[in-house]
Amino acid sequence: MSPRAAELPSPPVASTPPEASAAALSTRGAVAFVSPALLLIGVFLVFPALWTLYLGITDYRLTGLQAANPQVIGLDNFTSALGDPAFANSLWVTVLYVLGSAVVGQMGLGFALAWVFRRWRGPARSALEVLVITAWIIPSSVVAFLWIAFLDTHHGTLNVALGNADIPWLFSWPLLSIIVFNTWRGTAFSMLLFGGALNTVPPSYLETARLAGASSWQQLRDIVLPSIRGHILTNLLLISLWTFNDFSPYLITAGGPNFATDTLPIYIFRNALVNFQLGYGAAISAILLLINLGIALIYLRLLRART
Amino acid sequence: MDRDRPTLMPAPTPEPSESALLVRRFLSRIGFYLFVVIVGAFFALPMLWLVFAPFDAHPTLAATPPSSPTLANFPDLLKDPYALPSLANSVVLAAATMVLVVAAAAPAAYALSRVRIPGRDLLLYVLLLFSSVVTGTAAMVPLFLLVFDLGLINTYVGVVLVLAGGLIPAGIFILKDFVDSMPKSYEESARVFGAGSFQILRDIVLPYARPGLAVIAVWVVVNVWSNFLIPFILLRDPGMLPAAVVVYNFYTEGGQANLRLISSFGLLYSIPVVLMYLFVNRRYGFRFYGGIKG
Repeated sequence: MSPRAAELPSPPVASTPPEASAAALSTRGAVAFVSPALLLIGVFLVFPALWTLYLGITDYRLTGLQAANPQVIGLDNFTSALGDPAFANSLWVTVLYVLGSAVVGQMGLGFALAWVFRRWRGPARSALEVLVITAWIIPSSVVAFLWIAFLDTHHGTLNVALGNADIPWLFSWPLLSIIVFNTWRGTAFSMLLFGGALNTVPPSYLETARLAGASSWQQLRDIVLPSIRGHILTNLLLISLWTFNDFSPYLITAGGPNFATDTLPIYIFRNALVNFQLGYGAAISAILLLINLGIALIYLRLLRART
Repeated sequence: MDRDRPTLMPAPTPEPSESALLVRRFLSRIGFYLFVVIVGAFFALPMLWLVFAPFDAHPTLAATPPSSPTLANFPDLLKDPYALPSLANSVVLAAATMVLVVAAAAPAAYALSRVRIPGRDLLLYVLLLFSSVVTGTAAMVPLFLLVFDLGLINTYVGVVLVLAGGLIPAGIFILKDFVDSMPKSYEESARVFGAGSFQILRDIVLPYARPGLAVIAVWVVVNVWSNFLIPFILLRDPGMLPAAVVVYNFYTEGGQANLRLISSFGLLYSIPVVLMYLFVNRRYGFRFYGGIKG
């Protein structure tokens, strides 16, 4: 590509940490750049979140005496949650949902697509890319209808495609159904992020590797994956958190049948907004927050461990 | 292990024979096409219903081509006083939130990428955690009370601020990764020529992070466009409601789901965001090779 044939690509060393030259941006400039975002986040995100945590230690309800004058009841909400088999079931369902649909489904398929797309041009590629992104862009309420229709026992496209199999997917395989659904729904984000990430890998590195006889697999393992490690972990963290807190299965299965798809957000919704136990619901939210914190800390460790 | 081997038989040729290469290439082609066809079908089949049902006079849950295609479902939408205006409302909310998120997240991502603040990463992770939990159902009551106290109930300002507050952390997070990968030498040379922080942000960082900006812009619009909960609890006037809320009217009227209105409205409601993505993809693209041209 370069007109200067003698120019050698620089070796693929790890990029220098951004902190290395703080001089490019003055501290005052940095504060000015960060303040608007922090102000918005502080008022409309952190403050309500802390308020939720406070509600978790109260017996706040929407109706009755506790609505007017909620009492602090300490950790009672937490102990009753941890003793509730329905909560344990929700937690397990949520873990399977996240592992199956986010980590394996979205991440695996998203990377595979980005990798296949990296040098493939043409109408077929564009069509496939548009399909994947359309699945991600169609609004949730419409998507819920599409999947209810798609998985319908008698008329559903899936059963028709399988030769009128008449399998009641949402009844016999409810968790698998929403895992596949969420993979379909969210793969585009990973695909786009990995697509952008793969483009930040300097083509000269790959060119050099190719000239040295490295196979696609070797290029992937030795050059691409190390240089987009940060993107991979960021993506993993984001999609795990989003899937953990995803409410959209409710629109398809409402948590059923028999709580087989009762993920934690649905459990919270049922307790806080159907049964009006806002304090109890907030306590579960706090537990969800702690689980998310655990996930984030694991990723943070991974990110640090190899930097 | 078998040290005698090289003396007993000729060393294997370093390159496989021509025909073996051809077979391997052929098999990998087959695998490639198989992958593309299966993945394509997986993503296309669930959408078939949205292609056929809006043009069916009597849609069912079956995704079959209508025997006599009709456009009659769409004029019926016009009769609904809230259906079409709700789409315009969604545009206003999505555009305003997108501008606010990009405007706040881009400078913050740049600053956080370049300035060493103790506990910076931890701060980002904690904010990300808050955002993932607070945008859920649990913080509904505090959010309502907060917006009520600010006097912003039934205003788009209230909805946009709450939505932006929830989306900015992830926006910063994604953008920071793109800025981190930008070589320091770009800014340093600009600094040598006397560029200020704002100029560097505008002329160097933002163009470099353009794939990241496109990713978060599209992502914000998609999120706002389908967000049901926040406008549902913060808006009162039915004429101000976005499409995500209005689509549920078709469930309740008459008790049964009206598949004619749901499918035709679903199509109208879905098309703008899909087109917007196609536009952004063509205009900015995600094919960016990490460097300033020239």
